Amino acid sequence: MKDADSDSIEDRRTFLQKALPAPVALLSLLQGQDRKAESKEESEPAYNPAEHYYGMGIDPGLCIGCGRCAEACKAENDVPREPFYFRTWIERYVVQTSGETVVTSPDGGIAGFSPVAEADVLRTFFVPKLCNHCANAPCVQVCPVGATFITPDGVVLVDKDYCIGCRYCIQACPYGARFLHPVTLTAEKCTFCYHRLVKGLVPACVEVCPTQARIFGDLRQRRSPLHRFMRFNKIQVLKPHLNAEPKVFYANLDGEVK
Amino acid sequence: MPQQVTRLAVVFGILILALVLARSQLVPKTFGQAGHYRAAAVTEIAAAKIHYAGHEACAACHEDIAKTRSAGRHRNVACEVCHGPAADHVAAPTDVHPSAPKQRGRCPQCHGYDSARPTGFPQIDPVTHNPVRPCISCHQPHAPETPREPEACGACHGSIARTHAVSAHALIGCTRCHETDRRHKTTPLLIRPSKPASRAFCAGCHARDAGSPKEIPRVDVTTHGERYVCWQCHYPHFPEAK
Amino acid sequence: MDPRFQTLQEVLQQVKGYIYPNEVELHWGLLVVVYPYLTGLVAGAFILASLERVFNVREVQPTYRLSLLTALAFLIVAPLPLLAHLGHPLRSFEIFLTPNLRSAMAMFGFVYAWYLMVVLLLEIWFDYRQDLVLWSRRESGPRKWLHRLLTLGATDLSEASLRFDRNAGKLITLIGIPSAFLLHGYVGFIFGSVKANPWWSSVLIPVVFLFSAIVSGIALVLLLYMFTSLVRRVEIDMTCADKLSSLLLYALIVDFSLEVLDFIHRLYESEESIKILSQMISAKLFLSLVVLQALLGTVVPILLLGLLSPAFRSRGLVEVPDELRRWAYVGAAVLIQIGIFSTRWNVVIGGQLFSKSLRGLTVYKMELTGLEGFFVSAALLILPFVVLYFLIKVLPPWQEGETAAQAGLAEVA
Repeated sequence: MKDADSDSIEDRRTFLQKALPAPVALLSLLQGQDRKAESKEESEPAYNPAEHYYGMGIDPGLCIGCGRCAEACKAENDVPREPFYFRTWIERYVVQTSGETVVTSPDGGIAGFSPVAEADVLRTFFVPKLCNHCANAPCVQVCPVGATFITPDGVVLVDKDYCIGCRYCIQACPYGARFLHPVTLTAEKCTFCYHRLVKGLVPACVEVCPTQARIFGDLRQRRSPLHRFMRFNKIQVLKPHLNAEPKVFYANLDGEVK
Repeated sequence: MPQQVTRLAVVFGILILALVLARSQLVPKTFGQAGHYRAAAVTEIAAAKIHYAGHEACAACHEDIAKTRSAGRHRNVACEVCHGPAADHVAAPTDVHPSAPKQRGRCPQCHGYDSARPTGFPQIDPVTHNPVRPCISCHQPHAPETPREPEACGACHGSIARTHAVSAHALIGCTRCHETDRRHKTTPLLIRPSKPASRAFCAGCHARDAGSPKEIPRVDVTTHGERYVCWQCHYPHFPEAK
Repeated sequence: MDPRFQTLQEVLQQVKGYIYPNEVELHWGLLVVVYPYLTGLVAGAFILASLERVFNVREVQPTYRLSLLTALAFLIVAPLPLLAHLGHPLRSFEIFLTPNLRSAMAMFGFVYAWYLMVVLLLEIWFDYRQDLVLWSRRESGPRKWLHRLLTLGATDLSEASLRFDRNAGKLITLIGIPSAFLLHGYVGFIFGSVKANPWWSSVLIPVVFLFSAIVSGIALVLLLYMFTSLVRRVEIDMTCADKLSSLLLYALIVDFSLEVLDFIHRLYESEESIKILSQMISAKLFLSLVVLQALLGTVVPILLLGLLSPAFRSRGLVEVPDELRRWAYVGAAVLIQIGIFSTRWNVVIGGQLFSKSLRGLTVYKMELTGLEGFFVSAALLILPFVVLYFLIKVLPPWQEGETAAQAGLAEVA
């Protein structure tokens, strides 16, 4: 590994491009990850869900409404492109001087937002939304067969080979975070990109957020960025009166957001 | 025992036996191992294909670009924000190439003006800002700088500039009220301009005894507005009081 | 474009205000309206039957067996709309294999199995066993074998054995009443326990469901009783019809009071959701809620029955000839069916016409064809009557049949 590191980058690239097919490229990816592990001064032999408890922080004050998260989510998770199916989306709030609040989310915010008539604006901002991975999840409670569940690491998942497609979970979700996949005809939702987490990567939406409006982390670990986020901000969750105990935490959230 | 009971017991016995049998045969093997769900489902979900390789994977080969990027304003913008999902490229670098957006359309997704975007985030009006020319002809996407420092405040603070221009304060320059360090033009979010901190500042023109032109509205600064700084009630870029 | 996406695109055009992007698709359609309507009829018909058995309301005796068979016919069909609505009907057995005990819906398996196997089938079996034995002795051909099979081989007709039948039947009816309450109360609970939905989330919903179920069940049996009498060319027993209509009136008044209470309670508490819900009622549910459910389905029948049935005065507040009274009963019962169906519609569809963001309203586009479409639902509403026809063929519920059977018993003795 030391050797590989001491190679000049250019050499490695040319070498790869000339001679090496996929396996070696994968190897280099692994090496990259090994390095990361070393720097953390710990060995991660296999993923152990009991060591983690995931959540997400969102700072609407940083969100620029670019929609890259919603776009990346669809690409990463093969979510149908039609504008009726979203694992995550962005809402734009325009609180007008008249007191009326206009909320929009055209195509989940992927394709951008139409301009605001500025004269009437009291305040305006973006809010990213996604499954809140509630600790007391209403959707998990109502699933008649146990096709949706909370993993030990705190992620709410759907078993698409076991879901009967009754859609009770979609009705029970207070946040509109679930939909019925038009092809599999089973319930679908954000998985916090579980397939990425187990490999040490962050969710795709967090990876591509250009302003760090989304902070992903581990509620069990003090050194997690989420821990820091929750130390420095006033935290609010969506619809707290429903006692679903969401694990998506919003910093300095506007009262108009529901 | 009545005949009915024995006969019914047989029927119900058969039914219950059938249910028990069906359960033992049809319940998935891993169901209930970790909770009331099929434990294998977690493994299946965890095995899904990754599309976004993550910026660390990119940096493993493109260390030069990663270095440039890490020193510039786009240091926190992951590679795949602009280049799209690249896991296939990581797996087969010579066969699959991620896109490299060169047209104008891509950058305004973040930098087009929208008043809902946080103040200070660099925004332009894509219609008027050097039309037709691709953004990358002036801006280096991996470490963008403004080609030249903005001359007027309105370049970034468009909506304030437009409001201000039609207000009674139109002839008062921005820096008369906002002390602005030069570095604000290059690092707008780190170095912020000041706001008038005391009532005395506005009183310089609007107090009863101020030596300003007569047509300027006056207030008794000692009683008017109590403990508030003037701009906490009056919007100075478009003062409403006549 | 896929026609399904076409429909969703049209819905998107008609959205008023803001709805969450995943809410464009309305998930519980017409089939889920049909389901509580059918189970309501089951529970109502059964409770009517138990009146005769447990509370000795002798007047409704002619409808006892008819009510039981009606309940059975509708119970057999009731799960079909749910099945047709599932994304994966073939996986529905999972609800019996791995029921999630925290889920209201998972209780369906237990409640349904309990009600079908332990309550309805047993009660019918004990009630018919003597007849089944006698029929199988008298008849020949397939009917003989069918009836013989249905006795399950329990052919003992001794006095002690028949007494056991009667006592068992009575016991089962006793268990059956809370079970019928459970059956439909649970359907109401499925909606009432969804805290995410302010239109559904109400502790009164199961109770309202229950009483509307009793109303619809009695009205249906009343209609069926009159219709079958007409077909069989027998005189309608007016004491029975009068009693049914009085019971119907009482149930209707309780049902209406509960619904008004629910309405006033919501209005008075005036929670966060009140604004969007009032918008929904005036913009989307005016016809189905105000006109069909409240006016035509409740107020008009209450007036009709209140004036003509002998509920308040032995000859009715307004005395009219039997013929006219019969027609009034039929009219009231039909209106009540329309009203109760609208009630189910307003609960199920209404609960999905507003966004959980409480900021917008969407629309429901009913399809004509396809599983979720109008024709399938219509077929599912007709199917119970077809089943009932066959049940009546196999197990004639009529009094005359019984007397004949008793004659047969005398012969054997």
